[in-house]
Amino acid sequence: MSTLHTVNKSAYERNALKSCLDHALPGDAILLIEDGVLAARKGGSIAPALTAAKASCKIYALGPDLAARGIVAGQVLEGIETVDYAGFVDLAAGASRVCAWL
Amino acid sequence: MSDEQAKKKFFYLNRKAPYGTIYALESLEVVLIGAAFEQDVSLAFVDDGVFQLMDNQDAAGTGMKGFSKIYRALGDYEVRKLYVEKESLETRGLSIEDLMPITYEDENEDYAEKPSIILVGKSELAKIIADQDVVMSF
Amino acid sequence: MAGYDVNGATVEHDEEGYLTDIGQWTKDVADVIAKAENIDMTDEHWEVVNFLRDYYDEYQIAPAVRILVKEMTKKYGKEKGDQKALYALFPYGPAKQACKIAGLPKPTGCI
Repeated sequence: MSTLHTVNKSAYERNALKSCLDHALPGDAILLIEDGVLAARKGGSIAPALTAAKASCKIYALGPDLAARGIVAGQVLEGIETVDYAGFVDLAAGASRVCAWL
Repeated sequence: MSDEQAKKKFFYLNRKAPYGTIYALESLEVVLIGAAFEQDVSLAFVDDGVFQLMDNQDAAGTGMKGFSKIYRALGDYEVRKLYVEKESLETRGLSIEDLMPITYEDENEDYAEKPSIILVGKSELAKIIADQDVVMSF
Repeated sequence: MAGYDVNGATVEHDEEGYLTDIGQWTKDVADVIAKAENIDMTDEHWEVVNFLRDYYDEYQIAPAVRILVKEMTKKYGKEKGDQKALYALFPYGPAKQACKIAGLPKPTGCI
């Protein structure tokens, strides 16, 4: 029944993540990819919004995209799970639909 | 009817203004091609996507192909549900009166013209997304 | 660039024979394109071509075949809005071939 939402734009440049959070229902999964992973770093101004969303949605970030941008394990917001490409596929396969926020 | 059961719900999420990027025009082309497969199609206009439906668009001076009139042909293709998000309009100082009228002809009511644009709130739209089989984003 | 010879002037078309500039269309141009397509324009042909041009003018697209059939039926009745009849007029596809003669771009979704 649930939706996998993907966000590939930086939350500091676009409103894709905000729009995504506004339209995600409890039980949905949100996967940050490409520049979307920038929001997953601790200490950023978007962090409180993501932390609040964690209460009802599961949030993931794509490991290779974090690594490419120099965001290392200890810097990722608590509660955000890092997945690899196979994990991305599993999330998509496990969801009823995938909704991309571009 | 088995035909009805095989129908899938296709949902096109439009979040970009026209002309600045190719997204809006690409979305329209995919919608028109997809309409040939006779699925249950709906479109949503969210964030800057609401600008796609602005009335009085005239692209002539830009040298680009104007495509706003194509939205009015969607009814012919049995695309009759154009959800427009209220909050997105309000944020941009717009109301439904700023959008072009888009209608379809209801064959069950002697081809009466009915509005295709449906104004919805954010939370209502979230539920509509959760009801789709396929979501395509532009 | 290849072109149609219309009364001594050249009207450019693309590699498939569609006009490069829709603004260059005239009835004479249509006759020349039709000849190149081996079609003798009759009133029935013109009805379809004119319908397509009106539709394009209103909606900025050429309609897909099934839309053409539906709308022709609404406007001219079942006899004219018939897929077979339309193919009899334009053997290579009413939308594709008639659009070419009407000076319009190739319809979306038409392969």
